[in-house]
Amino acid sequence: MDVALMVDSLPRLARGMLTTFELVALSGVAGVLLAVPVALARVSRRAWVRAVPLGYIFFLRGTPLLVQIFLVYYGLGQFETVRESFLWPVLREAYWCAIIAFSLNTSAYTAEILRGAIQAVPPGEVEAARALGMPRAMAMRRIVLPRAVRMALPAYGNEVILMLKGSALASTITLLDLTGAARTIIAKTYKPLEIFLAAGVLYLLMTFVIVRLVRWAERRLAPPAGSRS
Amino acid sequence: MTENATRNGDSGLDAKPNVPALEVLEIHKSYCGQAVLRGVSMRAHDGEVIAILGSSGSGKSTFLRCINFLEVPESGAVRVGGEEVRVRRRKTGGHAVDQKQINRLRARIGFVFQSFNLWPHRSVLGNIIEAPVHVLGLPRAEAVARAEALLDKVGMADRRDLYPNQLSGGQRQRAAIARALAMEPDVILFDEPTSALDPELVGEVLGVIRRLADEGRTMLIVTHEIGFAREVSDRTLFLHEGRVEEEGPSGRMFARPDSDRLRRFLASHLN
Ligand SMILES: Nc1ncnc2c1ncn2[C@@H]1O[C@H](COP(=O)(O)OP(=O)(O)OP(=O)(O)O)[C@@H](O)[C@H]1O
Ligand SMILES: [Mg+2]
Repeated sequence: MDVALMVDSLPRLARGMLTTFELVALSGVAGVLLAVPVALARVSRRAWVRAVPLGYIFFLRGTPLLVQIFLVYYGLGQFETVRESFLWPVLREAYWCAIIAFSLNTSAYTAEILRGAIQAVPPGEVEAARALGMPRAMAMRRIVLPRAVRMALPAYGNEVILMLKGSALASTITLLDLTGAARTIIAKTYKPLEIFLAAGVLYLLMTFVIVRLVRWAERRLAPPAGSRS
Repeated sequence: MTENATRNGDSGLDAKPNVPALEVLEIHKSYCGQAVLRGVSMRAHDGEVIAILGSSGSGKSTFLRCINFLEVPESGAVRVGGEEVRVRRRKTGGHAVDQKQINRLRARIGFVFQSFNLWPHRSVLGNIIEAPVHVLGLPRAEAVARAEALLDKVGMADRRDLYPNQLSGGQRQRAAIARALAMEPDVILFDEPTSALDPELVGEVLGVIRRLADEGRTMLIVTHEIGFAREVSDRTLFLHEGRVEEEGPSGRMFARPDSDRLRRFLASHLN
């Protein structure tokens, strides 16, 4: 085992780790922003509004992330309108294509997590808000969503971990994320064991940090533990 | 509290004793074709306490929930302080009501649930000031001052920063009552406020409600605590299968019930 190589590779792997972190963080934020309206549509009173995001969720959960990445990276460029649009400088970049694909993908899962949590808010608590004269939207914003977010956190933490691991697929479209960096080093050194081992440890480290962060957020947001009840 | 005194008609020149605080007209409600309320009407004058009795399934909860439109009745109307909400029949077959108007109405009608329904992610204070700040637009400081006065009144001044899961059932219900009172409602509806409580905690909640009655608040109370109902209410409404079976001054109703059903109901509940 070439420990020296592992240590030597660390700076480059760390740079890859930074890219992975960026991909996950940016997609995570964009995914949540997309997920909220999708989840709200899914719990609408109106059947047709509930139906609108069905295709979106069905497609994004039903196809492999790799296929989605390829569709964005190779697919979009096929359309002349896309190539000629002002967005092309962005859509040409593998980096942004990965972020778009990840954001869409995680938004579908996050929306479903959030929908479940919204529906798990006890109806009595919503009724209490409505009985005090809160309009539906205000009750949603002030009572239901804050409640749902707290209930959704553990499942959402899971989703972030899955996203972190899924982000390894960014390396398939030339990105030097942690996996991409590892692969380029291996291509030169032919030492897959050492390098992937090192990369694996770095992934573990990131997962650990995410788990801690989510647990911290859960504790921050949870009401103090009951001394009774 | 001064404002309340005038509104309750104790002293104010603007007291309108002929306009009921709450008027409910001909409420009809059914679930899946099964009629639960078949034309229930009632009126409560300022400061009146009305007990609503009836056996399980007679429609008491449904009736209360129709008054603030947590359930939308098929037909009927509710008037609070001169504002009327009427159920219109939609051409497509449904029943339409004006949501804005209902929200205004709800802000004037307090509702106390059997299961408290406090928001667990908010402290007691947070629960109480939420609607005054966001529905009534009260400045936060004013809402907090109001909440503290109410907490004092329900005997929970030292609990304002606790969360619902840190309270006993009786304390939770008293916090929920304070939350309803913070809107300074014209009428308060209680749906079995003590039924979810351990027997030893019932008294403290009934005590709070009794004090509200003494203050001259207009209240409708659904309860199985027959002794309490008799003692605290001015009038009683006895529901049976979605109709008002008997109605009158509580003293007379409890002493000399007209209907056999009420007589049997009282007999079975008094021991
Ligand atoms: N959401 C609902 N869907 C269908 N049926 C309902 C619904 N709510 C109430 N009912 C029915 O309406 C009838 C009256 O119910 P309601 O809860 O008003 O009775 P209640 O007098 O409050 O009884 P209790 O003393 O047990 O609380 C019952 O037969 C009940 O099964
Ligand atoms: Mg009931």
